[in-house]
Amino acid sequence: MSQAFTKAMARNIFYGGSVFFFLLFLALTFDTHNAWPDRDNHAALNDSVAHGKALWEENNCVGCHSLLGEGAYFAPELGNAFQRLGGKDGIKGFIMSRPKDGIPGRRSMPQFNFSPEELDAIADFLEYVSGINTANWPPNIQG
Amino acid sequence: MQYKSQAVAKPYFIAAIGLFVGQILFGLVLGLQYVMGDFMFPEIPFNVARMVHTNLLIVWLLFGFMGAAYYLVPEEAERELQSPGLALLMFWVFLVAGALTILGYLLVPYSGLAELTRNELLPTMGREFLEQPTITKLGIVVVALAFLFNIGMTILKGRKTVVSLVLLIGLVGLAVFFLFSFYNPDNLVKDKYYWWWVVHLWVEGVWELILGSILAFVLIKTTGVDREVIEKWLYVIIAMTLITGIIGTGHHFYWIGAPEYWQWWGSIFSALEPIPFFMMTVFAFNMVNRRRRNHPNKAAILWALGTAVMAFLGAGVWGFLHTLSPVNYYTHGTQITAAHGHMAFYGAYVMIVLTMISYAMPMLRGREAANSNRSQVLEMWSFWLMTVSIVFITLFLTGAGILQVYLQRFSADPLPFMVVQDKIALFYWMREIAGLVFLIGLLTYVASFFVGAREPEATTAVAEKASA
Repeated sequence: MSQAFTKAMARNIFYGGSVFFFLLFLALTFDTHNAWPDRDNHAALNDSVAHGKALWEENNCVGCHSLLGEGAYFAPELGNAFQRLGGKDGIKGFIMSRPKDGIPGRRSMPQFNFSPEELDAIADFLEYVSGINTANWPPNIQG
Repeated sequence: MQYKSQAVAKPYFIAAIGLFVGQILFGLVLGLQYVMGDFMFPEIPFNVARMVHTNLLIVWLLFGFMGAAYYLVPEEAERELQSPGLALLMFWVFLVAGALTILGYLLVPYSGLAELTRNELLPTMGREFLEQPTITKLGIVVVALAFLFNIGMTILKGRKTVVSLVLLIGLVGLAVFFLFSFYNPDNLVKDKYYWWWVVHLWVEGVWELILGSILAFVLIKTTGVDREVIEKWLYVIIAMTLITGIIGTGHHFYWIGAPEYWQWWGSIFSALEPIPFFMMTVFAFNMVNRRRRNHPNKAAILWALGTAVMAFLGAGVWGFLHTLSPVNYYTHGTQITAAHGHMAFYGAYVMIVLTMISYAMPMLRGREAANSNRSQVLEMWSFWLMTVSIVFITLFLTGAGILQVYLQRFSADPLPFMVVQDKIALFYWMREIAGLVFLIGLLTYVASFFVGAREPEATTAVAEKASA
């Protein structure tokens, strides 16, 4: 790099640029918070959904599945599972039907032995997620 | 080794390499589960093996960063570490906490681990990469604070260089952004938004500062180029990193319920994120070409150049491939993401830690400057075996990803996820074979610490005579 461009100038660009863009990031984050009420389906949040989210986390579902495209890519996307599996009953039926010892040679979801109330909570959680405005993602029902 | 207390880096490096081996073994289990779905089921289901694979990676990289800091900071500050005893104590705390967490994943069903560690008191578990029990996360905070105190006091009381200041900013950022892992609201959109404040602002933000400062340190030491020149480069590179990378976080906000203007902010700024990586490549090659001395540790220079190139390819090029929102609409959450993740982590963070280990370990083991020729040749073999196989892993996953996107999302008649997975199995098999070669490379790397250990050091006598 040329001599005219000094270390002090480089340092100032680093500190100035970082602070400026972090403040811009905070401003955009503030605006994002204001925009969320129209997009995040918070009206659907209730105790059962919160319980469902806790079950989602405590069974590490994201270790195989993706949710809104984030997570592992070993098992299907679940942000639209509510539509794909045919509503709450479809979700509950699928989870209950998993064989305890898996399927020979194939990937299989474990049998979690959820209680009816827990199954309801998970289905409620996935219904809530399906109502989030994701800018039309995923491109189709297959996720 | 100029300062006695630098020796605390050694156990950190050894632990890092040991956990690296574990990470790769579980990676091979995962790769096999992709094509033999019932492999180890239900004893070690995919999600458990994946947690072990990713968490071991994070933990061993943190061991590597801490070891690097403990080695580098005394030399930069020109004084002994504030407290070598604290550094050793934290080593054992971190190792035991890490080992218990991994054993918890393997021996107890995850929901049982959540119950055992009272996750309901402060629920933080069950989110990708942040699967550790809350008590482990608190332990990480304690270790990080003790570490920052140790490093920070050493820097404050000693000579302050750009290299050590940038490293300190990176490490403080690492600790600060980790705190967002304790924020886990019921609202999934907010949960996801702030989850990225840990994950993105780590790997596409402050970790790059750590990467840059370690690279600058090793280049100063091995090339003898004037520190002023190298520090100016370092400032420019990390300036570009944060100028592009902070708003670049927006490329994760396209489809998770955030406003749609993030598609513009995220696309434009993250499209610029390859620039600092490209500058890093130019920087590394320039400094080595302008070297004022021929350092006898050829392997360390190979790793330094390698990390610059592979970070640009993995993080820069493979990141750019799917970062523009119209492209990401189709590729989000597919094997394309996995392809990018593998080469980016290897190129940027695995290789910079191995660069530092390669440079420092000979001195930590009592050498003047370098290992024997035989040991270095083996180490360079391991460099090529691991690097070439990660390129193939990335290419096979990219192939799998392109097909997956087409069959599942792009074609006129989209197929279900599992149908597509069966159709692209060939690519998963090829990835697994490349993974086996990676393991051979890693075992070669481990062997390089034992082979030729009694032989005399490599020297640059010939080269020096030629230049004189």
